[in-house]
Amino acid sequence: MINNIKGRAIVLGDNVDTDQIIPAKYLNTSDPGKLAPHFMENEYPDLVSNIKKGDIIVAGKNFGSGSSREHAVITIKGLGISCIIAESFARIFFRNAINTGIPLIEAKINVSEFDEISVDFSNSTIMYNGNETHFKEYPEFLKNIINSNGLINYVRSGKW
Amino acid sequence: MSKTAAEKIFSEKSGTDSKSGDYVVANVDYVMANDITAPIAIDAFNELGMKAKSDKIIIIPDHFIPPKDINSAIQYKKSKDFALENGTWFYDMGSGGVCHQVMMEKGFAAPGRLIAGADSHTNTYGALSAISTGMGSTEAGVIFATGKMWFKIPETIKINLRGKPKKGVEGKDIILNILSTIKNGGAAYKCMEFSGNINYIDINERMTMANMTTEAGAKCSFFDTDDKTIEYLNQRNTGDYKIVKSDENADFSRIIEVDMGDIEPSIAIPNSPDNVRIATAVHEKIDQAYIGSCTNGRIEDIRKAAAILKNKKVNKNVRLMVVPASQDVYNQALKEGLINTIVESGGYFSGTTCGACLGGYMGVLGPGEVCISSTNRNFIGRMGDKSSKVYLANPSIVAASAVLGRIGTPEEL
Repeated sequence: MINNIKGRAIVLGDNVDTDQIIPAKYLNTSDPGKLAPHFMENEYPDLVSNIKKGDIIVAGKNFGSGSSREHAVITIKGLGISCIIAESFARIFFRNAINTGIPLIEAKINVSEFDEISVDFSNSTIMYNGNETHFKEYPEFLKNIINSNGLINYVRSGKW
Repeated sequence: MSKTAAEKIFSEKSGTDSKSGDYVVANVDYVMANDITAPIAIDAFNELGMKAKSDKIIIIPDHFIPPKDINSAIQYKKSKDFALENGTWFYDMGSGGVCHQVMMEKGFAAPGRLIAGADSHTNTYGALSAISTGMGSTEAGVIFATGKMWFKIPETIKINLRGKPKKGVEGKDIILNILSTIKNGGAAYKCMEFSGNINYIDINERMTMANMTTEAGAKCSFFDTDDKTIEYLNQRNTGDYKIVKSDENADFSRIIEVDMGDIEPSIAIPNSPDNVRIATAVHEKIDQAYIGSCTNGRIEDIRKAAAILKNKKVNKNVRLMVVPASQDVYNQALKEGLINTIVESGGYFSGTTCGACLGGYMGVLGPGEVCISSTNRNFIGRMGDKSSKVYLANPSIVAASAVLGRIGTPEEL
């Protein structure tokens, strides 16, 4: 099961593409430690130094669009991001996150940089600045993968 | 029950009677990975400790090939060692090229097949009536081991192509105009099916269109099989395939009418492929002109470029790079004398690679530089420095711009 999450908001906009998340010149490695320092460096060079383990990305529409590079998810994992909340996700990014065990939430919330957010997965609720937003639960099929903490464990469990 | 082509193919491959929105585990006919995505897939495969489904696996190094540095060489070697140790299909330097072009040339892409690729532009094989979709590496590694993958069956947007394209209008212009309507993310999770007067669109142009459905966020694309499809397939070693098409009264999520006769040669200006202008309205000075990639690096594209460059000179302020999409394309260009024409005009003709399309190497842009390119993306920093700019166009416009020294059309020469 996914544990409940508490963290600070890192706020990004619409259409954050994978070339922004991790520019292609770094794709000659898949080491999280080497990728993470370059997260969004073209757009926001100072962002990484302000991210703490456990922070939550809050973005707009079509987060993670563009290439299939799983390096985008590895980069975000490498930063210790605990969860991504976005109005919508691009499809390959969505698959990569589900398959490698990063919780994604499709919801629109209005927060400012570093606002405290908590997520309760047991009742599908996000709490922030005294507000509550409910999000849609994952379909049963995806829940099984998520609750196995990713696709590899799910396949190993023999349910495939 | 009436079904779309996507619903039929996913139903058949999963042994279910399913509709869009259903989750299925389907048997994948082929899974492809490149030198960037295969290494992570191999790690996932190794974690599972199972035997490889070798006859389904195609490894095609292309992104940083020839290796640009030591790390790229390590990734290439890891991909190659995996392919050789497990006896998978493998297309090395000298026989391969840009993965999607190779998948189509070598007969892996064919009607009715379900093909997964660890590269976002896997959508391209919809040009040959396959359902093909880009995915991540971990899941590609799971297919290496199991031959299966989970899918949500997509809804289908039907794009009804009416009319006849004007002279000078290519597949690139048609898809840019469709992107301008649908927008980035507008076809997210969906299949974009092209129907109507597809007979006016040659197979290579269909590949360009199918390729860039990725830029609308689509999961896959689909063209009906016609005489042009069969002619292309008959020239390759495809094995058996099954022609599938959508039922007339299938449930489409949206129908978009496009009169191809209304479309003008077009350009996507920075920083999104859906930011489209009529070509004659853009005149920016350029530093580089680039013809290549899985989008527009085919022999037909190089023929168009050579026809424009014949007996002309590339502007002295411009670097023209022509990068064939595969070794086969290279060989054909050599045979037809196209390489001579391009080199004599002052262009640079290289071996096949993805290279600069994604800002990897071999033509990366410096600060403030401007490139007109026949590739698929013009995101911020896509081809190099974050302050560089990429304009996307068909290869004829790219070649004409290389001569003019600024963005322009063949009619201006």
